[in-house]
Amino acid sequence: MPKTTEFLSALEANGYDFFAGVPCSLLKGVIRRFDEEPRWGYVSAVREDSALGIAAGASMAGRKSAVFMQNSGLGVCLNAIVSLNVIYEIPSLIVVSWRGKDGIDAPEHLIMGEIMTSYFDGITLGDMKGLPWEILDPDDVAGSVANITKKIDERRVPGALIVAKGILDASS
Amino acid sequence: MAALDDRPTVVCNGMIGREVFTARDRKESFYMIGSMGLGLSIGIGVALTQPDKEVLCIDGDGNVLMGSGVLASAGALGLKNLHHVVLDNEAHGSTGGQKTIASTIRLEKIAAASGYAYAERVEPENLAAALPGFFEQAGPAMLLVKVEPGNVKGIGRVTHTPIEITERFSTAVKGS
Repeated sequence: MPKTTEFLSALEANGYDFFAGVPCSLLKGVIRRFDEEPRWGYVSAVREDSALGIAAGASMAGRKSAVFMQNSGLGVCLNAIVSLNVIYEIPSLIVVSWRGKDGIDAPEHLIMGEIMTSYFDGITLGDMKGLPWEILDPDDVAGSVANITKKIDERRVPGALIVAKGILDASS
Repeated sequence: MAALDDRPTVVCNGMIGREVFTARDRKESFYMIGSMGLGLSIGIGVALTQPDKEVLCIDGDGNVLMGSGVLASAGALGLKNLHHVVLDNEAHGSTGGQKTIASTIRLEKIAAASGYAYAERVEPENLAAALPGFFEQAGPAMLLVKVEPGNVKGIGRVTHTPIEITERFSTAVKGS
């Protein structure tokens, strides 16, 4: 049962008003809605770290940003996260798909799928023990978005909402 | 530097940020100290969000080459309020002056092919005269300045913390 409409409502309810990213098949319901509904102002970025950079500019200029990507994009984004978002305290919600979950996927997704949560846990500096992450609960979409948003707002760091298959794949 | 007035300005990492900071520090300047290649992306985000403000990115050839796909984003978005000055010394200044590949390609032509409304090259002695006209151009607009490699001896680092840079830049950009 797709939850895209519910998810988009939760983003709005939590104040998100700037969206950028690079698509993933697991997120294609959301991206389709962005493409069909210009009011979202979704920016189709050329790379995932560029999406984070664009969102950082928007955040500093007054918006609350969410960035969409496949988890393969996390590999591209590590430097942007640590040397832009974290040290400058420019938060963003990172909505990231979970390809390679449970070791079942095409070979190129297996390693990132396996290290998914430890990627965020591993971003540490002194008292900062990892970045916040939350796995999107299909039975409580609003709660998941609210939980990660609260952590992002409190800590002024980027945080991840991890999206497994079958939740945001369709546009309804 | 007087030409910058109060326009929000994203300054790339490396020696360029340190030189801009030393020449004239201003709260409208966002000095990058990491995330090489992302200055133009940040400028795009500011320009999209504040369409009534003229946004400037000051970049280097190494940064543009690293993030060259983003030239196409600026072009595709058609950001009229985005100006992009590239100081091209054909070298990575802060890591020892190693050569980039900028001597063999024309970055301003890549910008033009990427949808920039204006993209020209200027010699450094003509820069001051060219700037007012450049800022009159609708963006996205690039002015590439061929400069000599080499760093200003004893140049300081940006003394503000990254968080301070964010706070004052954000306040300046959001203000009327």
